[in-house]
Amino acid sequence: MKKWLNVFEQNKRIQATLIGAYIATTFISLYLAQKSVVAFLLLLSSLLFLYFTSFSNRVKWGIGILVLSVLLPLAASQGEAYQSYMEVATLVGIYIAMALGLNIVVGLAGLLDLGFVAFFAIGAYTYGIFATAQANNFMPFGKYPLSGESFWIFLIVGCVVAAIFGVLLGIPVLRVKGDYLAIVTLGFGEIIRIIFNNLDKPVNITNGAMGLASVQPPKLFGIEFMYPSQFYYVVLVILLLTIFIVRRLEYSKIGRAWKAVRENEIAAQAMGIPLVRTKLMAFAVGASFSGMMGVVFAAKQTFVDPTSFTLLESITILVMVILGGMGSVPGVILGAALVTILNLQVLTELTNWLNQLSLSGVVHIPDALSPAKMQRFIFGLILIVFALYRPQGLLPAKNPRFDEKELKSGVTNVADGKEGAKGVYFNG
Amino acid sequence: MSILTVKQLTKQFGGLIANNNIDMDVQKGSITAVIGPNGAGKTTLFNMVTGVYQPTSGDILLNGESLVGLKPHQVAQKGISRTFQNIRLFGAMTVLENVMVGMHTHLRSGLFHTIFSTPLMRKEEKEAKQEAYRLLQYVGLESLYNEEAKNLPYGAQRKLEIARALATKPKVLLLDEPAAGMNPKETAELTKLIYDMREQLQLTIILIEHDMKLVMEISEHIIVLDHGEKIAEGTPDDIRNNEKVIEAYLGKGATTAS
Ligand SMILES: Nc1ncnc2c1ncn2[C@@H]1O[C@H](COP(=O)(O)OP(=O)(O)O)[C@@H](O)[C@H]1O
Ligand SMILES: [Mg+2]
Repeated sequence: MKKWLNVFEQNKRIQATLIGAYIATTFISLYLAQKSVVAFLLLLSSLLFLYFTSFSNRVKWGIGILVLSVLLPLAASQGEAYQSYMEVATLVGIYIAMALGLNIVVGLAGLLDLGFVAFFAIGAYTYGIFATAQANNFMPFGKYPLSGESFWIFLIVGCVVAAIFGVLLGIPVLRVKGDYLAIVTLGFGEIIRIIFNNLDKPVNITNGAMGLASVQPPKLFGIEFMYPSQFYYVVLVILLLTIFIVRRLEYSKIGRAWKAVRENEIAAQAMGIPLVRTKLMAFAVGASFSGMMGVVFAAKQTFVDPTSFTLLESITILVMVILGGMGSVPGVILGAALVTILNLQVLTELTNWLNQLSLSGVVHIPDALSPAKMQRFIFGLILIVFALYRPQGLLPAKNPRFDEKELKSGVTNVADGKEGAKGVYFNG
Repeated sequence: MSILTVKQLTKQFGGLIANNNIDMDVQKGSITAVIGPNGAGKTTLFNMVTGVYQPTSGDILLNGESLVGLKPHQVAQKGISRTFQNIRLFGAMTVLENVMVGMHTHLRSGLFHTIFSTPLMRKEEKEAKQEAYRLLQYVGLESLYNEEAKNLPYGAQRKLEIARALATKPKVLLLDEPAAGMNPKETAELTKLIYDMREQLQLTIILIEHDMKLVMEISEHIIVLDHGEKIAEGTPDDIRNNEKVIEAYLGKGATTAS
């Protein structure tokens, strides 16, 4: 058995054949059996198998992007369920980007943030207010709603505004540590939601609990974005960008500084790392991804109200990070995908199925126990099980491995002043 | 020429006076030892010099420039680096990464260069890796570069702290009980390393240490603290024969033993 596993691990041709066959089969099944959620999920999970193959990163990314941008939409597009599949996929993308943002704060910098959804809310309201007539109430100039073309600019605006709020929040919050930080951020998250809920007087800015309705759909070259299948591509592009940036940051000076602060604040400072600035940077970068996705969310829902940004949302994003593996980008992507699909598909399907059973009189399940209502219970269970048996998450974070050859190709010895002069140490 | 001067430095923790009016003058390129019984205030002195604690009163001057009021990272940028008595490595990071963190302030590529992975950034990262590896070679840890720091044996962790401190390119290096927990062979290697660092890297070294053999062997100047007071200072010979020091710290056997 072990021998076979080894052969499998080493032979790329076998892997290529298998993954190819897998993608083809699931593609065809979804293409033909449009109502099969299972086929949809199986096709989606080809990405996970792809992750475990031993192809080069470039090949993996190539295949992954092909599956996501062509195969998945194409296979799903043949039936009535098309838009609902794309809706799920879009939400998965939104949550992954948010979880990746939170992962910087919690996973890399080690700052437990229980109010992360606030930045998502800030992004959503930023677009929501200006893409509805709402802004007329307080803006001294301009005519609102802004046209759908402004959406693309607002992606950046939402990102920047969320980052600014990340810093503003960070300045007072970062004075406290550990458990206190968690409590303060929790408070911040709730405060932001309550402010949005109450900012309809004295000046009506957010329209309070009524929310903002008929947000302008994005427009590009005269095409209006109305359907999930269109937003899917917007989210896909932003998500790929997010992953790309997060990866770059993780393996850089700033990523190392975040991890150092997480591991030991005092030692990190002694190495010349400015504590406050480094933490603020984590807050700002994490918040910006969330803010950007908030803008997309507002445009996609065409409706924004405070109930979308409750504490449960913050906890859900945190569960994604912990379940996937704190500090691990692949892990967090998997965690976010699993939790979102569990929420949107598995639990709802299960509820529907149980409802049918009780309608036909086979079993009777009281309404209060329907799976869709047990979300918190299931999350709680997941967290406990993971804390006990897999505290590192599904795909634990990996340290960068260096190649000895590359390291040695430099100059010889630190003490050997003359030759070492080319190196970093003697530059200063 | 003195590089680091401490003037009437006092630190109070509530009613406890951990350092009382300490004066200290450290010569450039020297090896100075700070000794004294546990709780004498040695680590507190290091913590004030490195900005971890703010002094209650007094002044700390590096090349004539006051360090009082600076944050720890600013002190590090001025050229003072340190190791810790209770080891403070970045446990979940690799040995090489630990050293690379030490180079933080010397790497210039910011957010823009990082996200676009510019040639400048790639070159800098490559050089940093190689330099970190050289520093590991220097302290004899190169074979462990891919290990997680927390999995290293005790002696190796202490050496890694030194390599990491060197990566900040310090002028003054503070070592807080570097030989604690080391076996005699490791201690002998460490003694040589400390000596070499001073000679080859033109460092000024101040160390806190209980191993009197090591202290007497390599330090030119010794400062003795007891109950927060400086009770003596001088050359190893002065200290070895100082009545007050023998009584407070070394014990009667010390004079004959060494
Ligand atoms: N942060 C602190 N708060 C209160 N007391 C402290 C603190 N740091 C050190 N002390 C006290 O100061 C005294 C000197 O401690 P320290 O400098 O660690 O001694 P040494 O390093 O010489 O063993 C001890 O009594 C210690 O308990
Ligand atoms: Mg001490």
